[in-house]
Amino acid sequence: MTRTGARYGWPAGLWRALERRRPPLPRYRSPVRGPWLTAVLGLVLLVGMPVVVLTGLLDRVAYGSAPIPADVGLLQLPPFDWPTSPAWLFRLTQGTHVLLGLVLVPVVLAKLWSVAPKLTAWPPARSLLDAVERVTVLLLVGSALFEIVTGLLNIQYDYVFGFSFYAAHYVGAWVFIGALVAHVVLRFPALRRGLRSRSLRVELRTPLAATAPDPDVESELVATDPLPPTISRRGALALVGGGSLLVAGLSVGQVLDGPLRSTALLLPRGRTTAAADGGPNDFPVNRTFAASGIDPAATGAAWRLELAGARTVLLDRSALAAMARHTVALPIACVEGWSTEQTWTGLPLRDLAALAGLPSPTSALVRSIEQGPFAAAELTAGQVLHPDALLALRVNGADLSPDHGFPARIVVPALPGVRCTKWVGSIAFRGA
Amino acid sequence: MRPAVLVLCLAVSGYAVTIVLDDPALPRMLLWFLAVVVLHDGVLLPLYSGADRALVRLSAARRTRVPLVNHVRVPVLGAGLALLLFLPGIIGQGGDVHLGATGLDQRPYLGNWLLLVAAMGAVSATVYAVRVLRAGGCSRIDRSGPAGPP
Repeated sequence: MTRTGARYGWPAGLWRALERRRPPLPRYRSPVRGPWLTAVLGLVLLVGMPVVVLTGLLDRVAYGSAPIPADVGLLQLPPFDWPTSPAWLFRLTQGTHVLLGLVLVPVVLAKLWSVAPKLTAWPPARSLLDAVERVTVLLLVGSALFEIVTGLLNIQYDYVFGFSFYAAHYVGAWVFIGALVAHVVLRFPALRRGLRSRSLRVELRTPLAATAPDPDVESELVATDPLPPTISRRGALALVGGGSLLVAGLSVGQVLDGPLRSTALLLPRGRTTAAADGGPNDFPVNRTFAASGIDPAATGAAWRLELAGARTVLLDRSALAAMARHTVALPIACVEGWSTEQTWTGLPLRDLAALAGLPSPTSALVRSIEQGPFAAAELTAGQVLHPDALLALRVNGADLSPDHGFPARIVVPALPGVRCTKWVGSIAFRGA
Repeated sequence: MRPAVLVLCLAVSGYAVTIVLDDPALPRMLLWFLAVVVLHDGVLLPLYSGADRALVRLSAARRTRVPLVNHVRVPVLGAGLALLLFLPGIIGQGGDVHLGATGLDQRPYLGNWLLLVAAMGAVSATVYAVRVLRAGGCSRIDRSGPAGPP
């Protein structure tokens, strides 16, 4: 198995001693493995992964004030107010983060499959630097799989891991960023060599019958004793692409309204509500009224909205309903990547700010009558003053259902769903 | 340059971990980090590679005019991929949080997955049957000798 040119760095004695003690590791013998296939898969990930990372980081900015984890030291993102236009901005960024992340899973698995011979290469390192690089590859593979697994569990509401998803996913992201940059810098020459070692056009025309094992036996990826081919290289790429298409087909439904939503057969957002009655409130919920633990009486006739600013104003629902004349179609988009567009009717937040005597507030703190970590959200001046930013009372022509935030909820263009507070109890406007 | 890049990578990772240094769940995070690598590299990869090797050997022993192996590979990999990605719903894990968040139960997922598996299997079998018919109506090479089962 020793390939030519295998020279050892310091401490050479250690690596030689290791070489003589090869444990019974599996030998990978696929004839289609090789620098070209690995490079093609690597190129796909090189294009896709930065998009997943960037859209993921943007989620932290979109969340706004008091993000989780709060203190991230130097790994803070450049602070800027999340825009309110276009209204579908967060729907696009977070939908992309989750969908592209899902679609790239088969590519990640195939990439790891394609480099499997390196995993069992013996000795595992030929120099100290080699050993350090292997540690960074462990960080890369570990963080990629960690982000995939925690992300997958989060969008399916399975918190079996028992730690804060937000903190772990953010830390994992930075481990991945560091390891990915190092990997790309160190392996980019190999990627270029691999891509040039075969012609994509030729490979796409090469059937199984004409598929031969890679002749580049100097590469660790190429089997020294390959099995006869059972799939062509184009077939292997089609298999990976088919896997990605399957995942896309099973996931894209969670951002679509109408009958196509049900194509997300295996995801929570392939369905709308348990009633599924097609009525005005039949669209996905991300926190049910039952789960909020709110006493139903607190949302009844006794409910009042408290507005604070230059003065404090208390309004009951009928007073608000009499003023609720602004209707607009806006998306609700969640960090889990699903989204839906509905038509909301309510009062512009800037009108409420004027009622409280602060027509040009610098921010607003919205509180729900619910208790809990997501029961308060700070809105920026831009979010309060946008003409379509609403305290919504009605959706699609009907009163909000309890699950959708009756008596009133916030809906702001491009604001993540988790910050569109439901069961609003008070809004405190702050001036300069 | 190589040492500098490697040190930078380790530094970013080390610094990122300081964010959760005071988190009592840090050992769990590290455990999951290592567990996903071990489960992939040490269990999943050898398992599916071994299963594929066995499948190739089996189909080589039963020589058919149209190779069967990819007609098994494709639906099995599709079924496995869907199972792997959407396991929580399919096995009904995290039902309480799922219900609290969505107002929905997890009942449809297992049935939907089985339907998907059946559909992929059926499509693959149909394509195989068409290929066999086109190849001359008889999938087995009858003179292949003792290699085939009875």
